[in-house]
Amino acid sequence: MTEIDLKELTILSALKLLKERKISSKELVEESLKQIKRLDPLIKAFLYVNEEGALKAAELADKLREKGEDRKLLGIPISIKDNICIKGLPTTCASKILQNFISPYDATAIEKLKAEGAIFIGKTNLDEFAMGSSTENSAFFPTHNPWDLERVPGGSSGGSAAAVASRMGLGSLGSDTGGSIRQPAAFCGVVGMKPTYGLVSRFGLVAFASSLDQIGPFGVTVEDTAYLLQIIAGHDPKDSTSAPISVPDFLKFIKENEKTSYKIGLPKEYFESGLDEEMTKIIFEIIEKLKAKHEIKEISLPHTEYAVATYYIIAPSEAFSNLARYDGVKYGFRAESKNLIEMYKKSRALGFGREVKRRIMLGAYSLSAGYYDAFYLKASKVRTLILQDFLSAFEEVDLILTPVTPSPPFKIGEKISDPLQMYLSDIFTIPVNLAGLPGISIPVGLTSSNLPVAIQIIGPHFKDEHVLSLAYQIEKEINMKFIPPILKN
Amino acid sequence: MAISLEEVYKIAHLCRLEFTEEEAKVLTEELSKILDYFKKLQTLNTENVKPTFHALKIKTPFREDKVKEFPYIEDILKNAPQLCERMIVVPKVVKAP
Repeated sequence: MTEIDLKELTILSALKLLKERKISSKELVEESLKQIKRLDPLIKAFLYVNEEGALKAAELADKLREKGEDRKLLGIPISIKDNICIKGLPTTCASKILQNFISPYDATAIEKLKAEGAIFIGKTNLDEFAMGSSTENSAFFPTHNPWDLERVPGGSSGGSAAAVASRMGLGSLGSDTGGSIRQPAAFCGVVGMKPTYGLVSRFGLVAFASSLDQIGPFGVTVEDTAYLLQIIAGHDPKDSTSAPISVPDFLKFIKENEKTSYKIGLPKEYFESGLDEEMTKIIFEIIEKLKAKHEIKEISLPHTEYAVATYYIIAPSEAFSNLARYDGVKYGFRAESKNLIEMYKKSRALGFGREVKRRIMLGAYSLSAGYYDAFYLKASKVRTLILQDFLSAFEEVDLILTPVTPSPPFKIGEKISDPLQMYLSDIFTIPVNLAGLPGISIPVGLTSSNLPVAIQIIGPHFKDEHVLSLAYQIEKEINMKFIPPILKN
Repeated sequence: MAISLEEVYKIAHLCRLEFTEEEAKVLTEELSKILDYFKKLQTLNTENVKPTFHALKIKTPFREDKVKEFPYIEDILKNAPQLCERMIVVPKVVKAP
């Protein structure tokens, strides 16, 4: 038997070792659980560790493999953001209002992973109901960045990104409404992708803002990310917004297009003032290297500066409606009261955290009589302009390259008391959701204080394979492993 | 202030939320700051722009009107805060005549 070194493993390399019988799934899962026991007291990425269930599933996976069965993820431990339902396990959304909720069914993405033999090692921390950019809004505890425990892992899928970065599970699923996969991936030095809206079924994902939410994968490599996306993508009659299209073979595409040159746009609005200098320098070094093979062109997305305001009207408006279901009646936390209205109010007042209440209030205000035209309708019109910016840009270029965040990961506590400052940190990821486009975050370097720097690649609707292809090329070009120092001790 | 304390209480009622006086005061300030930032959008002319509610053109998909068994009823009932047999108990909503 080969000794398992989690730092060196990817999903694809682990599958090879499993197939060659050099390791067993039981050993792999045990090693991953050990890693959680070692590191998670410091990182706090997990809200629930599925120890017993994962070990049982691993033994079953090994038995199936003995019988000659093979599946795409047979025996591979992965984690899942705690707003995606796995039957029989808790789904809390990091909220007190769902603290005791047990998922009655599987999300479609989970069903697909199960069918391929994946093992769910645990549910990961998030900002309550995926509302936040730092995982500090979790009702239970904040997650710490594996690269620097005093810093945030990003959010809202901070638990998933931190888990993958510290190799507690080989991959993860998160959700991205305004950057919630890409920003934490950037902060934790892993790959994270928000697919085109409609590529992955949202059935079983707890709804936050339905016209923006999308499930997507995290991996330590672009290949792993593409591989996970392949499994969860595809039409689902249970999600009326899921796209009835055929999904291309992502891995095959990125391998066949290793040498393809793309026309890459750099939107000037994304490189204007306010960007961290050291980060910008690293990004431009990559851009210089890309010039050897690709055509780089400056483009303009003129309505970028309106994206944050647009998003923070639309997303809370949809959230106001989606979160009306948490009323203490059918499931979740109930505050006792003799009167029904009082029960609603008390359950929600005690069950929801500050940021969630703030957004529900913002949404209600934006939709209320007298303000609807000036806020919600206006924002929906500006959304058209933002979408049109991208559609015109994609007439000139194949893909767009941008920073993911204005700065490397910030410190825990640094922005939590100023909601608007926190909102503004999403400036480069939000427009992608408003336009429904695919976007990926890949790590490209480290700052002098050893913090990850990432870039975002954005593609046209349903050109997810092109986004992955350029990401794969850049990953090969850089040829760097992103292993947080905490793993080396 | 873009929003008054009274408006915060009114909206809170519409949201079925309640706040202490201290919470409501802080929220009024926070929301005012955010709403002021939103005013940025008013500088844009959107007179001839149609709103986008979904980034992709989607249509309501139709399916056959066939009954399918839903196998998770018991699992759903297990999450209820209070049950009486297979019914969910809530505070009384009607007054006795």
